[in-house]
Amino acid sequence: MAGTALQRRLTWRVAEVVDLGDETPRVRSLVLSVPGWPGHLAGQHVDVRLTADDGYQAERSYSIASAPAAGERLTLTVERLADGEVSPYLAGELRAGDKLELRGPIGGYFVWDIAIGGPLLLVAGGSGICPLMAMLRLRQAAGSDIPTRLLYSSRSLEEVIYRNELDRLVATGTALDVRLTLTRDQPERWAGYHRRIDTDMLTEVAWAPNERPLTFVCGPTPLVESVAESLVNLGHEPTRIKTERFGPTGG
Amino acid sequence: MGFVSRAFKGRPRDQPRDARVPPGQYLVRDFPVLSAGPTPHTPLAEWSFSIDGEVDAEKHWTWEELRALPSETVTRDIHCVTKWSKLDTIWEGVSVDTLLEGVETAADYVMAVCDGGYTTNLPLEDLTGGKAWIAHAFDGQPLESQHGGPARLLVPHLYFWKSAKWIRGLRLMNDDSPGFWETYGYHMYGDPWLEQRYSGD
Repeated sequence: MAGTALQRRLTWRVAEVVDLGDETPRVRSLVLSVPGWPGHLAGQHVDVRLTADDGYQAERSYSIASAPAAGERLTLTVERLADGEVSPYLAGELRAGDKLELRGPIGGYFVWDIAIGGPLLLVAGGSGICPLMAMLRLRQAAGSDIPTRLLYSSRSLEEVIYRNELDRLVATGTALDVRLTLTRDQPERWAGYHRRIDTDMLTEVAWAPNERPLTFVCGPTPLVESVAESLVNLGHEPTRIKTERFGPTGG
Repeated sequence: MGFVSRAFKGRPRDQPRDARVPPGQYLVRDFPVLSAGPTPHTPLAEWSFSIDGEVDAEKHWTWEELRALPSETVTRDIHCVTKWSKLDTIWEGVSVDTLLEGVETAADYVMAVCDGGYTTNLPLEDLTGGKAWIAHAFDGQPLESQHGGPARLLVPHLYFWKSAKWIRGLRLMNDDSPGFWETYGYHMYGDPWLEQRYSGD
């Protein structure tokens, strides 16, 4: 479990929103320009801090969705939660040219780099795709052919974040397989999975345990708990399964 | 006040409640789960708890022996470094003071060691004097595995990653040494009221 100790102080930086784009009806990506950004690893996150004019502050963490080495540009993808405090602002109010305080990168365990290798199994639920997308974007940018499988659970096709980009990555990339499961609504003649991720599905999609895949699971807690437990029961090494949660309390 | 986020209002202010919420935190009613890997499930028959490291004599308990020690019920506010806080959580556990009775040591620090390889470091004085417990029940029920059961460390005055899940022992150390998240840049001490989230805070 040796990690690279991060001794640099994480200072608040003022980022500028340079672009925004809707990924789904409830999810928006923000492209930020962050002067002095020190770079990050795929899978890391930032803390965002909002300040009201009376000094009141709210902080939340968001995964970085962009690949490393994009200079001082960062992409965050934010799901608007109905009773949220920060997400409706980020994914609703914010416009190009607005400023945002953030600091990071944070976290060094749920990270992947080309040198870490594979095969790679990525399992996502809902907006849990965001840190995994940074890994897929890194893999593509590096022209890597590390065998990679993504199993992604969404309620409906409309709620699949990065749908077109995932199609493009599969079409233009090498050794990448993307499987969707749509748990609530499926289009007519949908040939993919249409249930929650279970042990049978993981048996079909995951690498065999003896291929020793490195697995990253990110999504709501029930999905993460059940996927990690199924993989352990299937014989995967617990230490090669890394988890991250996106609860409804992301705010 | 320097930076202001254009058009950000935030939730309605509530002074009495806010006084119990450290800076940068928000309140939740549910109990979010965070962990770095799969939840371990050690059978109680194989479970044991140890105090070792820089001690004159190691101490060990089986699950039954630990549960035979006097337990306390405590109500505390908890604060996770991922920004959520939860007020008035009710725990039942064995005070670390009880476990350290009769232990001779010159150590100043402790590494909490856990199933699944998780570790976290704390000053010994933060675990003594009625400030820490080996908790085995939450809200009147045996602690669920996803929340750290069968037993977790409870040190509510520090960020909650210090309250290590699936705890199996306390290793006393003469010198401070980073645990799992501390190695990845999280703060060595983690006082939520000083917002000591990351190294250098």
